[in-house]
Amino acid sequence: MKYELQYKRYAEKAILVEWPSEIDENILQDLLFYKKSIEIFYDKLIVEVISSYNSLLICYVSTIEDVYDKILELKSMYNKDFQHVGLKNRLWKIPVCYTTTLAKDLEVFAKSKSLTIDEIISLHTASLYKVYFIGFLPGFFYLGGLDERLHLPRKLTPSLSVKKGSVAIGGNQTGVYPMDSPGGWHVIGMCPLDLFDPKSENFCFVRPGDKIQFMSISEKEYNDIGSLVFNGDYIPQSALL
Amino acid sequence: MIGKIKILKPGILSSIQDKGRFGFSKFGVPRSGAMDQKSYALANFLLGNDQDDACIEWVFQSPVLEFSEPTIISLTGAEANFYLNDKKIKMNRRIRVDKKDVLSSGFCKKNMYGYVGIKNGLITQEALSSKSYYKSITDQYVLHKNDEITYHKIAVFENHFSNISVPNFIENKGKLKVYKGAEFDQLSETQKQVLLNTNFTISNTINRMAIQLEEKLDNDLPSILTSAVLPGTIQLTPSGKLIVLMRDCQTTGGYPRVLQLTEDAINNIAQKRMKDKCSFELL
Repeated sequence: MKYELQYKRYAEKAILVEWPSEIDENILQDLLFYKKSIEIFYDKLIVEVISSYNSLLICYVSTIEDVYDKILELKSMYNKDFQHVGLKNRLWKIPVCYTTTLAKDLEVFAKSKSLTIDEIISLHTASLYKVYFIGFLPGFFYLGGLDERLHLPRKLTPSLSVKKGSVAIGGNQTGVYPMDSPGGWHVIGMCPLDLFDPKSENFCFVRPGDKIQFMSISEKEYNDIGSLVFNGDYIPQSALL
Repeated sequence: MIGKIKILKPGILSSIQDKGRFGFSKFGVPRSGAMDQKSYALANFLLGNDQDDACIEWVFQSPVLEFSEPTIISLTGAEANFYLNDKKIKMNRRIRVDKKDVLSSGFCKKNMYGYVGIKNGLITQEALSSKSYYKSITDQYVLHKNDEITYHKIAVFENHFSNISVPNFIENKGKLKVYKGAEFDQLSETQKQVLLNTNFTISNTINRMAIQLEEKLDNDLPSILTSAVLPGTIQLTPSGKLIVLMRDCQTTGGYPRVLQLTEDAINNIAQKRMKDKCSFELL
């Protein structure tokens, strides 16, 4: 399906393309196809396309002389039917240890939702979450699909330090902190993986359009996977969608 | 063929910066890079360096540096009295440095961010195509006392040492040039008038991520779906605060984007201090 898109100059070197303002998997798919077309059309080195829920920000290396010309060029890429061979999405299995010893907010979270910890685990691991985009922190992915029964408003006062690997819930969203950071979400589990490692060739393996499923692991498994990750011997499990 | 700069005193939040990271925002990685790209570019230009060679950036107080081998340096950006050993030296030109020379300075007299350029750039860790310091991307994010930074020494100086110099950083007394932000058109006529006719004050909340302005703008706009932002984006928070995003800003945000500074305006606002004034004019 094609949408009515808005094109705006964003800065000297950037143009913003906007879809209707909603969180929707069809919009995401359309936006990611368009993103791919733009990246193929331009050399990847001279343009960067930043995607989010309902927009693409196209950043050029040099100043845009004629913005209308550039917008026409971009529009022609949207209307073209493209062979999207390169757009293969994966389902990632992300191990999470949901224990009160590791996850500091799990007990309070369970109380405020009137759920048992087992119920929280089964609800949180049942969904296949869609990765919409990456932002906020390096390697932090915005996920769609959190079960309504797990929604809980953010903390009124954010914690000064949320540990790397914290699996947390804030409002209707869930995510994993890829590094230590201040944050206002409720930590319900810990993930032993490196979701962002600037020293690794594949430094951020999860991509927009992919899906994620959390799997519950024991504290022992958490430690075992942690040492594999530390030695660079852990390969995240995934399957083509 | 390698020389070392030893940090005798680190100054305030001194770091290594270059043009920044391009191509990694889609992974949530900030652009980073020199706060005032214009003064940074001058530092390299004076030395005939590549335009993305790494420099030392300092804030308010320059570091005290000892050079182990001969080289040529340049000093640009924020103004201070600089000394090589005890001899006063000028900014914005090429300066010959010999073995064991010590560069020091008085307190910064004007503006905020200064740059120490070095012939052929600094040799430091490159992470995701840039040497710019950023916590969690580079191992180090601020320079400490006794740190050592390597550079290419110069074995033989050219015979005629050129006296090329450039004018100092010139403060923009006029209005900062801006584009309409992505949500500008959602503002009321009154809000637009206030935004474009107020002489804003730089607050004391200033860092490499953002500059907060003191005056507020009545705000009734709803939050937006989290969307991309860039250095120079001015966000309007629910409480009416205006936040000018700077080089180390996050890649996405959920506050309405009311204005977008031009590159030149970003460099200019970067050099403003607390209580300085600024106003905006649409291109």
